[in-house]
Amino acid sequence: MSELINDEVIEYVGILAKLELSEEEKEQAKKDMNRMLDYIDKLNELDVTGVEPMSHVFPVTNVFREDIITNADSRDRILANAPAQKEGCFKVPRTVE
Amino acid sequence: MAKQYETVIGLEVHVELATKTKIFCGCSTEFGGAPNTHTCPVCTGMPGSLPVLNKQVLEYAMAVGLATNCSISRYSKFDRKNYFYPDNPQNYQISQLYLPICRDGYIEIETLSGSKKVRIHEIHMEEDAGKLIHDEWEDCTLVDYNRSGVPLIEIVSEPDMRTAEEVTAYLEKLRLIIQYLGASDCKLQEGSMRADVNLSVREIGAAEFGTRTEMKNLNSFKAITRAIEGERERQIELIEEGKTVTQETRRWDDNKEYSYSMRSKEDAQDYRYFPDPDLVPIMISEEWIEGIRQNQPELRTEKMKRYREEYDIPEYDIDIITGTKKMADLFEETTKICGLPKKVSNWLMVETLRLLKEKDMDADQITFSSRNLAKLIELTEKKVINSSVAKEVFELIFTEDIDPEQYIEEKGLKTVSDEGELRKVVQEIVEGNPQSVEDYRNGKEKAIGFLIGQTMKAMKGKANPEIITSMLKEML
Ligand SMILES: [Zn+2]
Repeated sequence: MSELINDEVIEYVGILAKLELSEEEKEQAKKDMNRMLDYIDKLNELDVTGVEPMSHVFPVTNVFREDIITNADSRDRILANAPAQKEGCFKVPRTVE
Repeated sequence: MAKQYETVIGLEVHVELATKTKIFCGCSTEFGGAPNTHTCPVCTGMPGSLPVLNKQVLEYAMAVGLATNCSISRYSKFDRKNYFYPDNPQNYQISQLYLPICRDGYIEIETLSGSKKVRIHEIHMEEDAGKLIHDEWEDCTLVDYNRSGVPLIEIVSEPDMRTAEEVTAYLEKLRLIIQYLGASDCKLQEGSMRADVNLSVREIGAAEFGTRTEMKNLNSFKAITRAIEGERERQIELIEEGKTVTQETRRWDDNKEYSYSMRSKEDAQDYRYFPDPDLVPIMISEEWIEGIRQNQPELRTEKMKRYREEYDIPEYDIDIITGTKKMADLFEETTKICGLPKKVSNWLMVETLRLLKEKDMDADQITFSSRNLAKLIELTEKKVINSSVAKEVFELIFTEDIDPEQYIEEKGLKTVSDEGELRKVVQEIVEGNPQSVEDYRNGKEKAIGFLIGQTMKAMKGKANPEIITSMLKEML
């Protein structure tokens, strides 16, 4: 199994994803992620010379909308999803720049 | 001898596009609505919502690309830029990293040292973020997502500028092009145009660039100039002291005239870009590009050429009037109504410029209408009011956009055209000022000026000075 995902990487990925993992969870995540990398390595065995990289699996392009206002004020419905609200705004813990 | 340094500057300019709706949803982009009244599941990042690209955003981006000599990508797509911050409800910003819509352009700038090409690396489309409001009372943060999803283009230049003067010329040229295209109003103060300055210094003749910093929060041309000078000094000082410049983002404080480091090393940015699976790729045909090219509105050079051919106004006036979209539009609209290009140009060049300067305003901030200026010109032409009354009324048009016809009627400012009434007043003035009459008859030409002034005063300014003069001459 791949060893690329070590303690340091798990720590860093945890910070990026804003996740606090217990020691057990870290071990499990390490195992899972290394297995994923093994799978990617398997794909790397394929010869893809001359194959264009693909970003989407569906053969669809150019889906647009016209520049027309279709949404009315639905603040109450939107704010119903907020964990906390105040003065028509989403209320979150203090964020300092 | 002291070392000589060169400043190397590149700009990242964000421009808010003038679309009616947001980039990926049908919410209004209108400014100033009550918090969160222009939001929907898409622009508040609700799970399961799906973005759909506003075609007008793409066409504006293409138009700006063509006007700045870029090549338009035939195949383009959107990527997710991941970061956690409450102004961004999805936890990623939809932007373009790998295949931006425009690449490899340039614009030509003019400075006192001549003309120069500033290359454009790329232009990409992206979405704006929400607004954070600090709540002192509860010491928390309130979030308004009305701006979330407002379309932006980011225009990234090559590090081709060397002075604050070049930076200003570049921004002014860019602003003019985009305003003429109607793609944005580009107001720095209001944030519809924002510039981040990437700056490094190096010894003159050095082959390599120095380490650069990125400065944000620059919302006027003056702030940009001061920030460039301040940051140049700071970096040179560090180098002279044998220290190194750290690559970082800094926030310019225009009051303190100093920039502050914004992010520390611990939370180094790692955006983990990847293609947005919700948005399908864009394929642009040659015909589409050609169509946009054909429909480009008249840009400044063409407008100047047309003015020379159509209107008999001085070259200097043409230069000033076409220098802002606002002035050019006002000139054309007013001329269309009253058919007197020379008069319109005069009002713009003399009184309008004077008031702008007096009030420390930009032409973009003009609020009066072409309709009222045209009316004023017509009233003056028909000699309903004289020129000094017209100037007075214009000040009110400039500040409050009043209807001159109505105002003159209400205030009784109409020039008295009843000859009999005027003749009576002139007669009284002549009788009441024997000394001046005597002086004039003895060859003192100037004395008549005093008599004209007295008559105007008696008429409360509502008389035509030419008629008064001829009456006086006749009587004397
Ligand atoms: Zn929306």
